Amino acid sequence: MTLVTDMTQSIAREPGDPEVVETGHSSLTGLDKAARALGWFSLGLGLAEVFAAGKIADTLGVEGKEGLIRTYGVRELGAGMMSLSLNKETGIGSRVAGDALDMATLLPVLMSSRKKGNVLIALAVVAGIAALDTYVFTALKKENARSEPPRDFSDRSGFPGGVQAARGAALKNFETPRDFQVTTREDQPPVPRLPAI
Amino acid sequence: MKALVWHGKEDIRYDTVSDPEIEDPRDAIIKVTSCAICGSDLHLFHNFIPAMLPGDIIGHEAMGEVVETGSGLNGSLKKGDRIVVPFTIWCGECDQCQRQNYSLCQRSNRKADMQAKAFGYPTGGLFGYTHLTGGYPGGQAEYLRIPFADRTQIKVPETDLTDEQLLFLSDILPTGWQAAVQCDIQPDDVVAIWGCGPVAQMAIRSAILLGAKKVVAIDCLPERLSMARAGGAITINFMEESVVERLDEESDGKGPDKCIDCVGMESHVTPSLPDTVMDRAKQMMMMENDRPHILREMIYVCRPGGVLSIPGVYGGLVDKIPFGVLMNKGLTVRTGQTHVNRWTPTLLRLIEDGTIDPSFVITHNVPLSEGPEMYKTFEKKQDSCIKVVLKP
Repeated sequence: MTLVTDMTQSIAREPGDPEVVETGHSSLTGLDKAARALGWFSLGLGLAEVFAAGKIADTLGVEGKEGLIRTYGVRELGAGMMSLSLNKETGIGSRVAGDALDMATLLPVLMSSRKKGNVLIALAVVAGIAALDTYVFTALKKENARSEPPRDFSDRSGFPGGVQAARGAALKNFETPRDFQVTTREDQPPVPRLPAI
Repeated sequence: MKALVWHGKEDIRYDTVSDPEIEDPRDAIIKVTSCAICGSDLHLFHNFIPAMLPGDIIGHEAMGEVVETGSGLNGSLKKGDRIVVPFTIWCGECDQCQRQNYSLCQRSNRKADMQAKAFGYPTGGLFGYTHLTGGYPGGQAEYLRIPFADRTQIKVPETDLTDEQLLFLSDILPTGWQAAVQCDIQPDDVVAIWGCGPVAQMAIRSAILLGAKKVVAIDCLPERLSMARAGGAITINFMEESVVERLDEESDGKGPDKCIDCVGMESHVTPSLPDTVMDRAKQMMMMENDRPHILREMIYVCRPGGVLSIPGVYGGLVDKIPFGVLMNKGLTVRTGQTHVNRWTPTLLRLIEDGTIDPSFVITHNVPLSEGPEMYKTFEKKQDSCIKVVLKP
């Protein structure tokens, strides 16, 4: 604990260092922010499904399905973590798949539930979020794609005199320092070889 | 002044910040004329390196013109001098500096106590990096304060060489060079290099310059592979063929003598390499810092008695390293941040005499104001981006 406290106290900028006067544009795009918001939403929904499954089952009129709701909650938590990570495309993609699964689960419930109104509202909310997820997923894929054909850098050897002339060229004026040597040198006694029988 | 400032994961901003000032007699301040985005800046961008603070100026590849000097530089620098800034800050007086282990300088890390708690003992200070290495403001800015400026600089002689030809003396050229030197390359060596990013491109050229018989480079991006081939390497696209089988073939069934990891903590994740998927999942759940697929592969393919050289950056804990294989094969492991100035005389001479022109690696040359967008372009490998130079 002391170690953590000491380290936390040490992480502070030195007094003389430049400080931000005015902040400018960021590398973080609108889509990145949308993905993060959806990720946090997933975490919140996932926690609610895991810890308040009974209340959700009651609201939808599907008592006895608490286990299924908790399973979906764990799925939401996974999607949330991925959406907040660098693999946000995968995270949002898993949200799109999850939306489809949610709707496929809710549609039959609409017939059997004694609280059809609540199920209808839930379906409408899922449909709306699914549309948003699909838009963000598609746009992220487009934004992050390597769409251009790769360039050919075959003419960039970095050796103005050509590769063959460069091979070993540094050895004219350079010898591996002793503290970097691994192999025995010619001016040192060779490693003895086992005599032939 | 304007600078690129870290505000959190994937959040680099083009901010207005206060100007740096001389704080110590051994300081100097430069007006930055060119700076670059390094692959290790992406580890900060992805928030994989601990102990960053919102508001930190990033960047550790910079050069420029001296505009202000402290009173204790003893004539080593004067206003108007053109210098390249090594990314490792060193004092020149401590025991490690005396041994030319400049990146391990015992005095330049101003947060040494904090790093010692995490690492056991502290290493040297670095520009524009984590507070574990001093939290010094970086060079992706209009001005930069250089501590220990009588040592931490590469003074450029009167020359017609451009910034683009000299800038990479700050990091990627000596880092690639040290990676190759650590291999103690012999004339009959087969050297395998993982990754074809900027440091790997320099490592390929360094291995050629040091006389390797064969250099094999491994990546999956066509533009990077084409650049590697141009520099004299045989290439393997790991998405199209087996790295293990091809390396076996290229080394006459013995395995490469020397292996260089220029990838580090963020190895490519693909379902065809299940360990990379597992590493990514654990990294996401904060159960592992780094994705060490390359280390595993190098240990497996390297010739018994061979050398593993690791310039790729690792941040902390890694899982499932086949240490038994490493031990039984008697491999030598060499790694570390680069002792930049140790290699400067050799590398500067090779540039000046036209043996190497490091500007070959630049694919994008843009104003500093486009920095936030270029971080994205570099991260996503869009527009065949390999190396970005920024002009303040």
